[in-house]
Amino acid sequence: MLRKLLALAALSCAFAGGGAFAETTQAPLKAPNWSFSGPTGMYDQAQLQRGFKVYTEVCSQCHSLNLVTFGDLGRPGGPFYDPKYKDNPNDNPVVKAVAAGWPRKVADIDPDTGDPTHRDATTADVPAPPFPNEPAARASNGGALPPDMSLLAAAREGGPNYIYSILTSYAATPPGISGAPAGKYYNPAYPGDLSSMWKGKGEVPVGGFLAMPPPLTDCKVKFDDGTPCDLSQEAKDIAAFLTWASDPMMDQRKQTGLAVMIYLIIFSGLLYASYRRIWRNVAH
Amino acid sequence: MSGPSTYEPKTAIERWLDARLPIIRFGVDLMEFPTPKNLNYWWTFGGILAFCLGVQIVSGIVLAMHYDASGAGAFNSIQHIMRDVNYGWLVRYIHTTGASMFFVAVYIHIFRGVYYGSYKAPRELLWLIGAAIYLLMMATAFFGYVLPWGNMSFWGAKVITNIVGAVPVIGPPITTWLVGGFTVDSPTLNRFFSLHYLFPFIIAAFVALHVWALHVPGNSNPTGVDVKSKSDTVPFHPYYTVKDGFAIALFMIVFAIFVFYLPNALLDTDNNIPANPIQTPPHIVPEWYLLPYYAILRAIPDKLMGVIFLALAIGNIFALPWLDTSRVRSMRYRPQAKIYFLFLIIACLVLGYCGAHEPDEKIIPHLTTFTLIDYDVNSSCWLSRVAAVYYFLWFWLITPFLGLRETPLPAPESISTPVLSHPAAAPAGASAAPEKKG
Repeated sequence: MLRKLLALAALSCAFAGGGAFAETTQAPLKAPNWSFSGPTGMYDQAQLQRGFKVYTEVCSQCHSLNLVTFGDLGRPGGPFYDPKYKDNPNDNPVVKAVAAGWPRKVADIDPDTGDPTHRDATTADVPAPPFPNEPAARASNGGALPPDMSLLAAAREGGPNYIYSILTSYAATPPGISGAPAGKYYNPAYPGDLSSMWKGKGEVPVGGFLAMPPPLTDCKVKFDDGTPCDLSQEAKDIAAFLTWASDPMMDQRKQTGLAVMIYLIIFSGLLYASYRRIWRNVAH
Repeated sequence: MSGPSTYEPKTAIERWLDARLPIIRFGVDLMEFPTPKNLNYWWTFGGILAFCLGVQIVSGIVLAMHYDASGAGAFNSIQHIMRDVNYGWLVRYIHTTGASMFFVAVYIHIFRGVYYGSYKAPRELLWLIGAAIYLLMMATAFFGYVLPWGNMSFWGAKVITNIVGAVPVIGPPITTWLVGGFTVDSPTLNRFFSLHYLFPFIIAAFVALHVWALHVPGNSNPTGVDVKSKSDTVPFHPYYTVKDGFAIALFMIVFAIFVFYLPNALLDTDNNIPANPIQTPPHIVPEWYLLPYYAILRAIPDKLMGVIFLALAIGNIFALPWLDTSRVRSMRYRPQAKIYFLFLIIACLVLGYCGAHEPDEKIIPHLTTFTLIDYDVNSSCWLSRVAAVYYFLWFWLITPFLGLRETPLPAPESISTPVLSHPAAAPAGASAAPEKKG
């Protein structure tokens, strides 16, 4: 009887695990190898530097990065970390130069006159955003709001795989789609529902339309370290950089975790030995 | 505390203190409390839960030092904790993971109580206090989930406060009072923070009552047979401090795997988007530990009836000691009850699964059958209806009638009987069948 029940339970689990279909569809996400995947994976500093270059030259034209200061770029695990400045990453000359050289100046108040003014960024500032406010951002982007990128990797299902897939999956609008929205771009990796526009034969194509035009092309960004600048590489590097931006403490977290696990396993072993010793004369 | 105290004050200062505030006596009695010697590992979850409460309170107090309970500042203050506060990420991940671990432990603790009949006389009040703690935990967890002020926090708060609004006449004004305005906004966040800080201390007070109510009849045990003699028990310390301690250490390993390697596995990606009143997340779902109730709520097409059955689903837990007619405590000796219990667990898991999916989602992919009332029979909604019906039947039909009709297996005379007849129970190092050796 019990065996039958277990078989039944296993069967129902198999059915339950079969997955259900919502109307929103999306192509399966591409999953490149990431240096930071797995319990011991860490960020690749050279990759983060390349990714930051992609952000600076391309993404930052429309997307802000409001939670990452220039000083953060020089912290352990960050793109410009230098052990020489581990006590205070704000002293790192590379970080200082990146802040001072940021193309947009920081809005401020002149302390002598009280008038609005602009100044060079310091390491305590975040990169000055591309638009002064949300309506300005929408007005420049056909009504769509380019999201802040600080938590983009954490706020999308699939994280870096999603970002990489979006950037490398743009395609021509499938024939058979009628009434495609003007000023939007078809992308099979973008979750959407095309059933109402589908006039062709067969299955409705997966994916949806998004407001962002394809931002990257082969060699749109030239890397200083000689890495070949094809689209896939650019997309990988920016996805890695944005993963770091949303989770900058990951390296520290995994390093601490290893020590904690070793400690807990030894501690459990000692407790088990104590348990066996204390209970040795009690039948239970 | 039951039983005579064994404490003898030895020094003058202990005698002085004992005559005025017998706090040492209290501690000694607590540690020497006679505990059945046959408690298995399912019984360690009580201690694990005390550990969880402590972890949540300590980590929560630290988080509150850095948190800003305002609509404008809450989201960024969480990111400040994650990025700038030294080991802030650790404290926050302990707190978020800790909430899930707390519920894992409480569900095991509750199902253990059901399986071994720990709610039966004379432990009904102990069970009621425990059910109240569970209710308080759900409220606390809900308040806490709103605090990061992400988009799922915001919409979760909207859905849950709307449930209260379904009650006729008094519902809407109560909702307005609860959220501090006509819609969920900064005042809601502020009062939820206040309540989130208050409730754990109310839980702690209920835990004290729970332990007090436990120490009057003493622990139940896997056989369900009452303690008959001193040889059935061992002092709580060191026997159960070490066993619970070992179990807590194992629990901490699982806890640590989530904190350090899978901290976002149980969090929703939509909560990394700041609260946005004009952008609804595609799927609003509560945290996993509330999913079975959410499935019951959505299984019923009428909003008010849904809320009534949601309340009944929780009310059943409180009523269980009076719904069960069986005089045999442990299901070890109730073969039929065991099977129905297994199905109860499956029904709860199925409800949890359905709660995480849209009502119209198919269970068997690509199979369309026929629409019954509102949804296709092959849908998450209909599966949740089947599971919900079983859940209520278990409380209202199976449990009351099974106790009257079943033939239980013979229970042992005393706790020590099955212990001593168990072949593996010989103490480590003792030779087997010593009476046969010369």
